[in-house]
Amino acid sequence: MEQKKNILSVKNLSVSFKMYDKGLEQKDLKVISNLNISVQEGEILAIAGSSGSGKSLLASAILGILPNNASVDGIMTYCGMELTEELQKKLRGKEIALVPQSVAYLDPLMHVGSQVVGVRGTLEKMRTAFKRYELSKEVETMYPFQLSGGMARRILLSTAVIGDARLIVADEPTPGLSKEMAKDAMGHLRTLADEGRGIILITHDIDLAFEYADRVAVFYAGTTVETAPVEDFRNGPESLRHPYSKALWEALPQNGFKPIPGTQPYAGSLPEGCLFWPRCPVRTEACMKGEIPSRSLRGGEVCCIHAT
Amino acid sequence: MNTLKYLGSTLIRMLLLLFGVSIVCFFLIISSPIDPVDAYVGSESNISQEQKDVIAEHWGLNDPPVQRYITWLKNLLHGDMGDSIAFKKPVVQVLKERFVTSLVLMITAWVISGILGFILGILSGVFSGSVMDRIIKTFCFILSSTPAFWIGLLLLIVFSVNLGWFPVGFAVPVGKAAEDVTLLDRIYHLILPAFTLSITGVSNIALHTRQKIIDVMKSEYVLFAKARGETTWQVIKRHGLRNIAIPAITLQFASFSELFGGSVLAEQVFSYPGLGNAATTAGLKSDVPLLLGVALFSVLFVFAGNFIANLLYGILNPEIREGSEK
Amino acid sequence: MKKMNRRTKTVMLVIIIAGILLIISAAGLLMNPALYEPNYAAKKLPPCAAHWFGTDYLGRDMFCRTIKGLSNSIMLGTMAAVFSAFMALFLGIVSASVGGRADKIISYFVDLVMGVPHMVLLMLISFSLGKGLKGVVIGVALTHWPNLTRVIRGEVLQVKNMQYVKASKKFGKSNFQIACHHIIPHVMPQFLVGLLLLFPHAILHEAGVTFLGFGLSVDTPAIGIILSESLKHISTGMWWLVFFPGIMLVAVVMLFDKLGDNVKLLIDPSSAQE
Repeated sequence: MEQKKNILSVKNLSVSFKMYDKGLEQKDLKVISNLNISVQEGEILAIAGSSGSGKSLLASAILGILPNNASVDGIMTYCGMELTEELQKKLRGKEIALVPQSVAYLDPLMHVGSQVVGVRGTLEKMRTAFKRYELSKEVETMYPFQLSGGMARRILLSTAVIGDARLIVADEPTPGLSKEMAKDAMGHLRTLADEGRGIILITHDIDLAFEYADRVAVFYAGTTVETAPVEDFRNGPESLRHPYSKALWEALPQNGFKPIPGTQPYAGSLPEGCLFWPRCPVRTEACMKGEIPSRSLRGGEVCCIHAT
Repeated sequence: MNTLKYLGSTLIRMLLLLFGVSIVCFFLIISSPIDPVDAYVGSESNISQEQKDVIAEHWGLNDPPVQRYITWLKNLLHGDMGDSIAFKKPVVQVLKERFVTSLVLMITAWVISGILGFILGILSGVFSGSVMDRIIKTFCFILSSTPAFWIGLLLLIVFSVNLGWFPVGFAVPVGKAAEDVTLLDRIYHLILPAFTLSITGVSNIALHTRQKIIDVMKSEYVLFAKARGETTWQVIKRHGLRNIAIPAITLQFASFSELFGGSVLAEQVFSYPGLGNAATTAGLKSDVPLLLGVALFSVLFVFAGNFIANLLYGILNPEIREGSEK
Repeated sequence: MKKMNRRTKTVMLVIIIAGILLIISAAGLLMNPALYEPNYAAKKLPPCAAHWFGTDYLGRDMFCRTIKGLSNSIMLGTMAAVFSAFMALFLGIVSASVGGRADKIISYFVDLVMGVPHMVLLMLISFSLGKGLKGVVIGVALTHWPNLTRVIRGEVLQVKNMQYVKASKKFGKSNFQIACHHIIPHVMPQFLVGLLLLFPHAILHEAGVTFLGFGLSVDTPAIGIILSESLKHISTGMWWLVFFPGIMLVAVVMLFDKLGDNVKLLIDPSSAQE
């Protein structure tokens, strides 16, 4: 397989928030730690994990739009350049685009046409994007509340193509859509990837991700526990590396709906060592202390000392 | 179609209220133990009881209250509100003259308080948590606890009495013939009262705008706008103003009640011959027809404000204007 | 040592503010009237050690007059706020729990009262009662309920639809029992805060309407009357007649506001998050 160009790589990312606790004591709350992912051109990287695993924060971190009380640590590289705050400012809305969840992300009092144009696009580019997604001219002067679900999806997608984005972060693009429409939306993302873009697909809908993604990164409590080619997920637990990925697979409806005992720990009360050990069936003493480094294994990445 | 229906129902509701208010005002006034005939002839006059009875009969004071109300309402609909005792003129004429004077004052104050409050609210909301935010919030808190008429008194002492920069009162120079009064004269006399009156609304609109802009800045669409490369300033310009303008304008029009109440006090401080001043005179001198007239007029004024607020809300908000197409 | 936590601080603040307000009203109530009698030997004195707030054109000590006036204002405010708040509680509960026509009628009256500028309404009521003190007291007490009625109505509607209230209705509890056991305890916090926040409005309106010359006789010490007298003598430049009584009024109003806010903070800690 020819070596594809890396569009984004994230190494040892951590995000923490300054919070005021009872009695006005200041406290740092770490929500993302030791997170590693990379996306190549032409590839869809799906990010799977339950809510609260830090998926959406990652999107904000990549775009540099975290709230003011957040601090970021780690190295992000975009096309070989370090993704600094300056660079993020320059690239977001152009080369790096976010495709949000729903019309709630559009200004309710502004015509969608001018919103798609934004501050970085032109009328012409907006029209081209509309044509691509078969949106008629009347849609330009509609307000978000007038859009149907399918139209809204395509409007949000056109905000990404208008800036010739090379990296697209799609944050939960399918909830609330019918099966058909969800497939349609994923198809659009697949096309965008096949045109050479890198796509990070943040999703709850693991099934759909398996169908369209190239690789899957599994998030747990703000960190990546495993990154694997999508085939491994299609094959089942034997091909997977981390106990949590296996458990996640088994919790899928078609695989028996077996729930994982216990709950994901909250930021602020994370366990020492591997974050998954309190719920892990194969834990040993060694899992409970120190940092568990990420290592390559059978064409994927895993953070588990027992994985084979 | 949608807008028409919305406006129609608003208008009907308001007319019903107006009718109710007129009844309440009327009965409050006629139930007063103060005898309008005594108030009319004055306490020192030596008019006999028989003559007073004739006047009372002529005014229909002996009729049952409901009939008096109906007569009054009939006359009102014909544009006849009786004669003012204090001003010795038809009430309608007094209202007309006074309203023009008051309107200049109220509009000036209204615009100043609206703009000032809006700007303060935006500054405070965008930089919420900053020192500037704290200063503005404290300022608003102090303003909302301070009676505007007291500020008016202080202004009078400092700028009119001690410094002599502004006149001590009235809308035009005392002793100057009406045709000689210039626009500049009027503006000169307007500055302190307008400033005083504008204090009333600032805090309300500023705190409201502050909260709204904080909500907007936390919204998902602002997050997305930032993700698409908009700077804070661009976000405020493109989304902030658009989304806070409707509630702010609506609120400002709905504040006509406070505006009128404030003008009563401000006009008293500056002896400004407006409607508020006429109301005070009417109340103190038991000028029943004028008091009733001013009260009704003030209600109409408040209703006009509320109606415009509703109207603008319907026009500016696309969801009401264009309706849902789903 | 651990720093005082926010709750303790708030409780302390509430106690201190309530204490100050109580002291002012008690001082005014117990004050020897001779203290603010005219004294022609000490006319028009600017503030000095013997007369902190100066004296007026009759030689009355302005500090004592101001305190007496504030005390009157606080008591009048208390009466008005308590009366209006209970009226609001009653109307709000009836409006929301009876619903239907009662709700419509009460809402209509709320709109009606709010449709008349407050100052004009106060003048009308004062006139209707033949002016005098009675007119001011009843006027202020009778006009401050509409806002709180709306708030309480909303609260009751909310609790009415909660599961446990619906359940007790199914168990055959009467409306009255439900009101006593569920609704009144639920709206109590809102009611208390609303009551406290009525004070500043009542006091400011009382000052305004007396300033206009309605109500109290000219020699009653009330802030509104003091200020309206000072207006008559404004050209003499006796600034202290305006400045001190006014700033004290502002201070008292702000104290009531702070008291309301802090009690709200205690009752509903989530309101601390902005």
